[in-house]
Amino acid sequence: MYYIEMHGHMVSRTTDDYREMAMAGCVAVSEPAFWAGWDRQSADSFDDYFRQLTDFEPKRASQFFIRHVSWLCLNPKEGEDRRLTAEVLKRIPKFLDRPNVVGIGEIGMNRVTHNEVDTFIDHIRLALDYNQMILIHTPHLEDKYKGTRATIDNLVKFQNLDPNRVLIDHAEEHTVGMILEHGFYTGLTLYPNTKVSLARAVDMIEKYGPDRITISSACDWGPSVPTAVPQLMLEMRRRGHSEELIRKLVFENPLKFLMQSGKFELPRLDIHATVSHTAP
Amino acid sequence: MNKQGRCPLTTSQIIDEYFIENRTRILDVAAYLDRLLRSADSQPAGEDFRMQAFEQALHILSSTEPNKVDHIQLVFSDPTTELKAHLDTKSASGAWNPVPEVR
Repeated sequence: MYYIEMHGHMVSRTTDDYREMAMAGCVAVSEPAFWAGWDRQSADSFDDYFRQLTDFEPKRASQFFIRHVSWLCLNPKEGEDRRLTAEVLKRIPKFLDRPNVVGIGEIGMNRVTHNEVDTFIDHIRLALDYNQMILIHTPHLEDKYKGTRATIDNLVKFQNLDPNRVLIDHAEEHTVGMILEHGFYTGLTLYPNTKVSLARAVDMIEKYGPDRITISSACDWGPSVPTAVPQLMLEMRRRGHSEELIRKLVFENPLKFLMQSGKFELPRLDIHATVSHTAP
Repeated sequence: MNKQGRCPLTTSQIIDEYFIENRTRILDVAAYLDRLLRSADSQPAGEDFRMQAFEQALHILSSTEPNKVDHIQLVFSDPTTELKAHLDTKSASGAWNPVPEVR
């Protein structure tokens, strides 16, 4: 079965991982900008990172017939630094016309500070100014509940924001309901330790239904499994769920969401981009 | 799609499929608690805010109430709504500390 990896930090993965993912059915990867594991010292570092996301990674993925799209931002772990935020935000617009850029992300909060919220709001304004879709990170562990609530509270203040073009990621049992109730897309992240197990992800799908839910491995430089999405497919089969339902979660839902960018396409599957949303 | 909220497996099928792996998990938890009792310094773990939350989670586990995972998630979560004045630490610790250390 074909699937779309909705959240993969491929800059941290090997070319062999792309190959394994392709062999498991992956036809596209959506890669949000994120924290390198250490704080970058200047906006110049982000320029290079954005070039990597918009030039080098799409080429590397294409060797395995995987369509690569990316999201740009200064990530939540560095959002406390308002000076750096201002400089990075100035540099993002020149990348938005690149063919694989589908939006602003992954933005959000880490420890839910005043500065992080201000940085989050700056990114939302940038996305709206350039008619971009938005991908949102929610905080880890004990901060997730508070951070998800603060995320939604701030998003609903923007009356011209279409919730259908916003994905609030890394949902868990105590946050998935509030995200879906507000009309946003959401994502379940299959991390070995800190986020959602295969069985719990399927439990949430059974409880909330499949609409506007996407699945990802969020594979990165930490403990993570690039082929976690195919593992979820097996878990769903183990429970007796239909192939139709599995396909909706791992292919149709992310496809429907990404197609709104006007840039997403899978020509080998005769799926073509529709209309450009890049220009304000 | 099955009736929303329901697992498509019967009770006995769920036990057949998932008992062994969850037996392993509960033994891991038991071994973790025993390990704490065998610690090199014999300090009581119950003074640690993370273990206080862990203890609450264990009580929920042994109850007959539904939605245990949702309740346990909230036990570990920061329930406050006030924004932090500034970044205290880069990483989360897994449980909310009602009396954070002054850094």
